[in-house]
Amino acid sequence: MLEKTWVFRLLGPKGWSGLALFACLALVAVPFFNLAFPEGHALYLSTHWVTLIGKIMCYAIVALAMDLVWGYTGILSLGHGVFFALGGYAMGMYLMRAIDPAGLPPFMVFLDWQSLPWFWQGTQHFLYAIFLVVFVPGLLAFLFGFFAFRSRIKGVYFSIITQAMTLAAMLLFFRNETGFGGNNGFTGFQSILGHSITAPETRVVLFALTALTLIFFLLLGRYIVTSRLGRVLMAIRDAESRVMFSGYDPLPYKLFIWTLSAVICAIAGALFVPQVGIINPGEMSPANSIEIAIWVAVGGRGTLVGPLIGAGVINGVKSWFTVSFPEYWLYVLGFIFILVTLFLPRGIAGLAGRFAKEQKA
Amino acid sequence: MLRSSFSLFSLPTFVFRLAVVWLLFCFSLGAEARPDAGQLTALAAGDNDAKIAALQQLAAQAETDALPVLEALQDDALYLFGQSVLIARADGGAVDALTDEVLAELPADAENITINNRVRGALAVTLAAIRLASNHASTRLEAIEALRANPDAALLPLLDRAWAKEENASIRKRIEITRAMMRLQDTDRAVRLEAIQTLGQTSDPANRQLLEPLLAKDAAGMDPELRAAAQKAVTQINNRLARGEILGGIFSGLSLGSILLLAALGLAVIYGLMGVINMAHGELIMIGAYATYVTQTLVRGHAPGWFDWYPLLALPVSFLAAALVGIAMERLVIRHLYGRPLETLLATWGISLILIQTVRTFFGAQNVAVENPAWLSGGIEIYSNLILPYNRIAIIVFAAAVVLAVALLLARSRMGLFVRAVTQNRPMARCMGVPTGRVDALTFGLGAGIAGLAGSALSQIGNVGPELGQGYIVDSFMVVVLGGVGQIAGAVYAALGLGVLSKFIEGFAGAVLAKIAILLMIIAFIQKRPQGIFALKGRFAEQ
Amino acid sequence: MKRRSFFKSTLSAIALSVMTIGSAPAWTAEDTIKVGVLHSLSGTMAISETVLKDVALMAIDEINAKGGVLGRKLEPVVVDPASNWPLFAEKARQLITQDKVAVVFGCWTSVSRKSVLPVFEELNGLLFYPVQYEGEELSKNVFYTGAAPNQQAIPAVEYLMSKDGGEARRFVLLGTDYVYPRTTNKILRAFLKSKGVADADILEEYTPFGHSDYQTIIANIKRFASAGKRTAVISTINGDSNVPFYKELGNQGLKATDVPVVAFSVGEEELRGVDTKPLVGHLASWNYFMSLRNPTNDAFRKQWAEYAKAKKLPGAAKPLTNDPMEATYIGIHLWAQAVEKAKSTDTNKVIAAMGNQEFNAPNGFKVRMDAKNHHLHKPVFVGEIRPNGQFNVVWKTSGPIKAQPWSPFITGNEKKKDEPDGRSK
Repeated sequence: MLEKTWVFRLLGPKGWSGLALFACLALVAVPFFNLAFPEGHALYLSTHWVTLIGKIMCYAIVALAMDLVWGYTGILSLGHGVFFALGGYAMGMYLMRAIDPAGLPPFMVFLDWQSLPWFWQGTQHFLYAIFLVVFVPGLLAFLFGFFAFRSRIKGVYFSIITQAMTLAAMLLFFRNETGFGGNNGFTGFQSILGHSITAPETRVVLFALTALTLIFFLLLGRYIVTSRLGRVLMAIRDAESRVMFSGYDPLPYKLFIWTLSAVICAIAGALFVPQVGIINPGEMSPANSIEIAIWVAVGGRGTLVGPLIGAGVINGVKSWFTVSFPEYWLYVLGFIFILVTLFLPRGIAGLAGRFAKEQKA
Repeated sequence: MLRSSFSLFSLPTFVFRLAVVWLLFCFSLGAEARPDAGQLTALAAGDNDAKIAALQQLAAQAETDALPVLEALQDDALYLFGQSVLIARADGGAVDALTDEVLAELPADAENITINNRVRGALAVTLAAIRLASNHASTRLEAIEALRANPDAALLPLLDRAWAKEENASIRKRIEITRAMMRLQDTDRAVRLEAIQTLGQTSDPANRQLLEPLLAKDAAGMDPELRAAAQKAVTQINNRLARGEILGGIFSGLSLGSILLLAALGLAVIYGLMGVINMAHGELIMIGAYATYVTQTLVRGHAPGWFDWYPLLALPVSFLAAALVGIAMERLVIRHLYGRPLETLLATWGISLILIQTVRTFFGAQNVAVENPAWLSGGIEIYSNLILPYNRIAIIVFAAAVVLAVALLLARSRMGLFVRAVTQNRPMARCMGVPTGRVDALTFGLGAGIAGLAGSALSQIGNVGPELGQGYIVDSFMVVVLGGVGQIAGAVYAALGLGVLSKFIEGFAGAVLAKIAILLMIIAFIQKRPQGIFALKGRFAEQ
Repeated sequence: MKRRSFFKSTLSAIALSVMTIGSAPAWTAEDTIKVGVLHSLSGTMAISETVLKDVALMAIDEINAKGGVLGRKLEPVVVDPASNWPLFAEKARQLITQDKVAVVFGCWTSVSRKSVLPVFEELNGLLFYPVQYEGEELSKNVFYTGAAPNQQAIPAVEYLMSKDGGEARRFVLLGTDYVYPRTTNKILRAFLKSKGVADADILEEYTPFGHSDYQTIIANIKRFASAGKRTAVISTINGDSNVPFYKELGNQGLKATDVPVVAFSVGEEELRGVDTKPLVGHLASWNYFMSLRNPTNDAFRKQWAEYAKAKKLPGAAKPLTNDPMEATYIGIHLWAQAVEKAKSTDTNKVIAAMGNQEFNAPNGFKVRMDAKNHHLHKPVFVGEIRPNGQFNVVWKTSGPIKAQPWSPFITGNEKKKDEPDGRSK
């Protein structure tokens, strides 16, 4: 009976138990070991790990969003960093205002601005900032996607114009005049909704929120790709012309998944900023967006779980090796990319799948 | 702050200055052939005012015998040792500037005499005044150019003498212009009119500056005819400057375009013909630049006499270095990935990380210096505001040559035929006996080699460091895609178009906004032409 | 069957190697003091920051050779934040909470400092920042051993306006478009105004990061300079863009005797990649030049040359020292002295002991940490580029001058205190 409900089919028994395990770890174990034990205790989980894993989970959400457009719909975006950063900036605006709700953000004082620019109005309200997190990147993605998909821009042409978009946005945000703190971006946050941003409780709440968001979008993504919509998307990926000949107009499908993906990225960015403590135009650099695609490829395209693993592995390796082998970590990363493409064409998830099959056989 | 530091020394300086002035006065009565003790002391130990006074005196005397001391001063080779002034020699020895006594070794505690910009400016004029009498036309040309940049009416008699003797027409012309600059305030009306008319034939804003005061209503000694002439001269100069500005804009656009083209051409071959998204393309450019650096170092070490011609040797070296790396990449990694273009993106990104770090390990994280040889330094001055640098001209010519060679290679050679065959239909080509594997390797090697050539050329105008390639990869992809994948002609149009357009926008909007505008235009353009300027036609267009 | 074992063995091999590598850094000695070095060794900033890591290690070796601090050896912990700003914050937290370092020497760009600042303040860590910057910041947890604007930019402009500097009356403020150039230029504009320079005589131009085509900019400078008054260029062009800028300057025949360029981000290292013969006479303003002649600097240069050779550093064939290297070197020694004085590595005690700490710096002066404002009192030198890539000092202050992190040329700063209060603004 249970096996027939769509909820169950969404992930299958193994999937659900894995997810439950993850939820336990993220929502119970991490807060417990971080908060219940004093610093220095053998069981104490350092705040360093909480923020590090929190950051990696944000990247994992981005990878998931990327997988929806690239893995399932075949649209390679080399500009997803811009949505991530815009979400982060919207959240950052609130955090900057929270430092001194009545006055100007510190960087404006420092740059001698006399009054708030119009686009900063209202950002002292948390809910409005959340609205901006979703609305601004969503609108940008919708407009960009509408024109691009309507013109039937495909393949590498689409990838390159997304790259142009993120590069243009980065240059724009680098300017001090644009009103977002230039190269220094936003830093020095102090409180969120009245709670100190450095308090362990706040960190744990943000961490748990990130984990919940990740779970939610994973389930949403799974729901989408198993639905009829998902089938159309995969059909578009595999043979767009045939989809058109079958009487479907790919535009609304592509536009929907593209905009959704951008919004997911933006939400990840909004969660990223308070945990990491900085947002700067560097997040929009083309190299960062390429890296997102690489997480997905390493993890395994079109698997939803794979990209999460990819983002985790790559960023974990990076965090670890930049400390342990600061002079050689680029070699390690480079070889991982080459070896994965040569020997694991379907990414780490593919390897796991193969491994599972072998076990069965 | 500034004052306090000087006031510490001001009293002794003042006394010293008095002494120097007195000395100068005594010795300048008899025109000595070479710098005398007073002048030498002033040059070596005086403060900047004393130095300049001595230099002006030497300029007016214009005696060739003063050259060794002055040249030594210019090259930081003049030393003060006790009371004597020494000229350091290349072999480590020294010569006393006054007595010609030769010292086998420069004393260790001799104090090097260094000069600042202000003195260097005066020194340049003095050297020029002396060199105006040189037997070499090129030296005289340089000299008169230096005098023209800093006209000093005290040197007018010198110029008159030089003009009378000069036979080279272009130098003579320049002397006339320089004299005119000095004679603009002459009391003789005819001389003045001639000076105004002469200046009207130039394009130098400095001359406009000299002429403009004459246009004022109350300018002394001006009459309507003179004023009209001055007005005409100013208009002529302005017209030339305006023309220079437009041509300069076009030239810089072409130059930027040719650089973009060189950087993108290898990518156009690799992506266009093979469908490989080569993210390591920038690093192949970097390898070319480093190969040039290594060649330069080797040539300097082993054949210093041939140093000026190292770029010619560096071209094949860069081509081969990058091509070999490219072929290695193709054979080891990319050959396993044909038909999976997106995977090539991942693998080549990994390769690029490894290449960057390898170069960083061997050559260091800092930039290395690639010098321009003499024939690539400087430029042709067409107008005062339009100087075409030789290295940029060379790059434009070089880019054109490379494009032509690649186009010919692909269109006319047997290899090109194979390449096109493999591009259009791989299985069919293999059936016809085309060795596809070898063709793939060679095509990739060709693309990589072109990137190496680009690196070699770029080393002449930019920096050479491990991150060099990262700066070009995005622009290169823009050019390839804008031009239309697989189209060499498209890349040419796209690169030149982007170059000229971005320089045009930069002219009024600044570099940052220009770059943003160009990116937005690319996005908009692709909406109109989703396959680039030259879209592929036919069955494989849908792939 | 075979395949299966292949996969299994691969996986177990990976797991094994991960475990062995993972256990390697577990080695620690209890009787050492850990010192963090937080400089980018990869990415865009590696070009500048790598040598700072090396000079920091050299200074640590030197201190260890003399018996360490408080009788304990210093143990450097080097990490690579990879020119990535969030990674800077992550590494800072890791150094303080995981590695438990007593102090961190690091950062180059302002954004990296801004990124780690909240971490240092939250965890009460200690950062020594060795690069000239725009000011407008004071933190209890940071000591700034580089120059504030009044220790670099303003003296240089004063020199340009002096008789020996060429009496410039018209200025091009040219920079890369980010916070340091923008702020410096804002301060300079206010300063120039106070000296009677009209707005029409100031041209501000900015280029994006990594800009490499300076043709248009130089044409603009030429046009601006042709208006009659003596013109000078004040360049805050960042890192990599300097080479193409100077090459184009040489190409276009813009000589220092016509239009001098004074730069604040160009030192000996930056000129390593440039043919300096056409650039003779252009200027830079720093608190230290490699060419300074004094016994301390002779020893410093020698020490660096020997260290570079011993460690086979890539630049060892032509060892160069520069201002941020000197500032790093000063910082480490000042910290060691303060720890000795405080008899503890405790952050608060060290901060208290840092005030008025003095050190015989390679610049030939006794530099002193200000009693209150966490900046050094430093001398200022203006140098002209020589054909060999070194600088010839043409002007200097008579002694160290006090830093003004809150520039009096920015409105509102007169109200600010010249010492950190609990946290920075």
